[in-house]
Amino acid sequence: MKNPRVVIVGGGLAGLMAAIRAAEMGVAVDLFSIVPVKRSHSVCAQGGINAAKNTKGEGDSPAIHFDDTIYGGDFLANQPPVKAMCDYAPHLIDLLDRMGVMFNRTGEGLLDYRRFGGTLYHRTAFAGATTGQQILYALDEQVRRFEADGKVKKYEGWTFLSAVLDEARVCRGICAMDLKSMEVRAFPADAAIFCTGGIGAIFGRSTNSVVCTGSAQSALFQQGVDYANGEFIQVHPTAIPGEDKLRLMSESARGEGGRVWVPRNPADARAPLDIPSSERFYFLEEWYPKYGNLVPRDVATRAIHKVVFELKQGISGEQAVYLDLTHIPKEVLDRKLEGILEIYERFLGVDPRVQPMKVFPGMHYTMGGIWVDNQNQATNVAGIYAAGECEYQYHGANRLGANSLLSCIWGGRVAGQAAVKYAQGLQDGSDATPSSVPEAEVKRQQERNAQLLRQDGTENLLAIWKELGNWMTEHVTVVRYNKNLERTETKVQELQDRFKKVNLSDRTQWSNQTLNFARELENMLLLARVITLGALARNESRGAHYKPDFPERDDPNWLKTTRASWRDGKIELNYEPVDVGLIPLRKRSYTATK
Amino acid sequence: MAEKKSIIVRVKRQAAPKEKPLWEEFELAWRPHMNVIICLRDIAENPVTCDGKRTTPISYDSNCLEEVCGSCAMVINGRARMACSALVDSFEQPLRLEPMSKFPVVRDLAVDRSIIFENLKRVKAWIPIDGTYDIGEGPRMSPDEQERAYPLSRCITCGNCLEVCPQVNERSDFIGAAIISQVRFFNMHPTGKMHARERLEAVMGPGGVADCANAQNCVKTCPKGIPLTESIAEVNRQAIRRAVTGLLFG
Repeated sequence: MKNPRVVIVGGGLAGLMAAIRAAEMGVAVDLFSIVPVKRSHSVCAQGGINAAKNTKGEGDSPAIHFDDTIYGGDFLANQPPVKAMCDYAPHLIDLLDRMGVMFNRTGEGLLDYRRFGGTLYHRTAFAGATTGQQILYALDEQVRRFEADGKVKKYEGWTFLSAVLDEARVCRGICAMDLKSMEVRAFPADAAIFCTGGIGAIFGRSTNSVVCTGSAQSALFQQGVDYANGEFIQVHPTAIPGEDKLRLMSESARGEGGRVWVPRNPADARAPLDIPSSERFYFLEEWYPKYGNLVPRDVATRAIHKVVFELKQGISGEQAVYLDLTHIPKEVLDRKLEGILEIYERFLGVDPRVQPMKVFPGMHYTMGGIWVDNQNQATNVAGIYAAGECEYQYHGANRLGANSLLSCIWGGRVAGQAAVKYAQGLQDGSDATPSSVPEAEVKRQQERNAQLLRQDGTENLLAIWKELGNWMTEHVTVVRYNKNLERTETKVQELQDRFKKVNLSDRTQWSNQTLNFARELENMLLLARVITLGALARNESRGAHYKPDFPERDDPNWLKTTRASWRDGKIELNYEPVDVGLIPLRKRSYTATK
Repeated sequence: MAEKKSIIVRVKRQAAPKEKPLWEEFELAWRPHMNVIICLRDIAENPVTCDGKRTTPISYDSNCLEEVCGSCAMVINGRARMACSALVDSFEQPLRLEPMSKFPVVRDLAVDRSIIFENLKRVKAWIPIDGTYDIGEGPRMSPDEQERAYPLSRCITCGNCLEVCPQVNERSDFIGAAIISQVRFFNMHPTGKMHARERLEAVMGPGGVADCANAQNCVKTCPKGIPLTESIAEVNRQAIRRAVTGLLFG
């Protein structure tokens, strides 16, 4: 068709990049976001973005970046798309540089690179410790330019409710709700790209932003979009626990030389800097001499769990270890890490330049997500595409630090192009769809809202959310036992039942955040079960998925992608082979060079 | 063991843009490291006022909760700031929460700050790249230049600098410090400066940089410590230079 419209849901890095690419190809773009796009969760990314530019004479290359990523992901990722991403990464850095991202520079005026987890090379371009914010702003500015030209129309303050699918189950638009007026409306589109980010809220507290609920992914799942590898959840080793959120302390702190330790004697009551080096247990450096503090996140997180829970060596018996930067010159810290030091200082009132920080692992990222194909970021439903954290493609069983910004921008670019080509190739666009199709979807969503506002039960929305978060964090994060996973599945089903009796404390029709959260929570509950059931079924340990009862990776039985589908109101798990045609399988271990 | 403490939070509420505001008071159980967001969540879980009246949860904007997204700006004990980093223990009781006054209220503490994003369009706050194609690296930049520009690019568009500015009021459409600082930022960049003239012209008319009356409240309130007054002075210099050049050479 001639003048297609593309809808993009989500305005973080992936959504903005998709918008830029689609607009550049001359297509009208409608961009939806719950928050003004400049406030998207991508702003929280701190440490940097990977690209093997090899500017430091180390012999780095996209091929090594590719190998590090596959190995870091414990061989669960399909290899061809990962290779394509790593090969193209240096071009994306150039593009961001041209867009004006304030990356740190070397004396020669080139971009500086630092080390990150799971690699031995300086491969991570960075803008202080606010790299995600800086890149998001650059993409936001480019989209604003298209917006000023009338090529992109933003719908900020709207939330996605469902896809509009015609009789042939082809996507013809989306149904969204204005979070001010609570109006539900259908927007026609010839293709829709979903860039709806993480799912942290399913775990109650995480390093994610408030909007990262996974609600859109779950809504799509319930409309027939498959969800892959949901059981792979990254728990970041170094976060600052807080009652409202777990605030991330970037891996870049260790990339710049930060060291993780606990007192050898857990009863040691001295101030950390009064404890001599010989009485400190630098457990990552002792256990992983080659990678030291820069082992991948799943490895570092399990090590901290072991120290705290098995060896009982947490600081003063607490669930905490030191992340120590005090040996690094202040001037270097301010130039390279100011953003995160500021966060620690502001929220805890302690200056990490002079006091070691107290940190503990926190839920951070989902490797799993919407199933997409190997070339086009296309889901199994015609006309629906996905990019960024909400899809499953690039990180296998564990994501390496600074690969997420890369996969967002790369995936957004691929999805933008592919969606435009698909839409241009359509015989009939959404303008040929009978109006009864979107009207029926709007009606269905309005009725759901009305029902939630009407029902008069005894259950408290936030209490259900808290229980969900506690169960998921306790049983479906770092260490997993089948018995507990079964109990969690039963529990979440019980929460789903209780949700039916939820009593909304706000029944107004204007800017009703309670109603919106109810809709999100309902979707979160279902996605929690997809994650839990995937974990229950997978009887092996691979990357971030660790079962003490099945401590080894089991390639003969489990080198396969979990693909969850919604069939007749039930979650069905199927499996498909992983494309490992480029890098031969080998055992993953960080105790020596890989 | 310390006795169980509680805190009092007073919230200025407004059901919709045209409704009358009213105050409600809540008593919450104190916990260590409590911030204003935790208070608002406590209220949402059990929205009952001090007089035992059932009410609705409070509407407010929030997202990252680590002071980098710019969402949760509000007026706390009379001062514009971010709710997430507002630690309850550092404030006098009772805690008073109000919406920002320089933006239209949507509901309760949530306000509409879209004017700031509109103004970013007006000053063309972007680097006009030719396209996303592979056309090589960006311009080189010295570490010094990067270190001068980087702090300016950390603006989170929270709007606090507008809230505290006496020049931003019903009778004036002063564009405000954040936007002027963005003009300076883009005019510093090797590619951005090729289009400096357009940006300067956008802040030379009514409501532009000349409307700054030098109260300097902006720089004191900025949560990111951006040197806003320096930016205003610099853009003012550039604008005057541009005006003189315009007079002489058109």
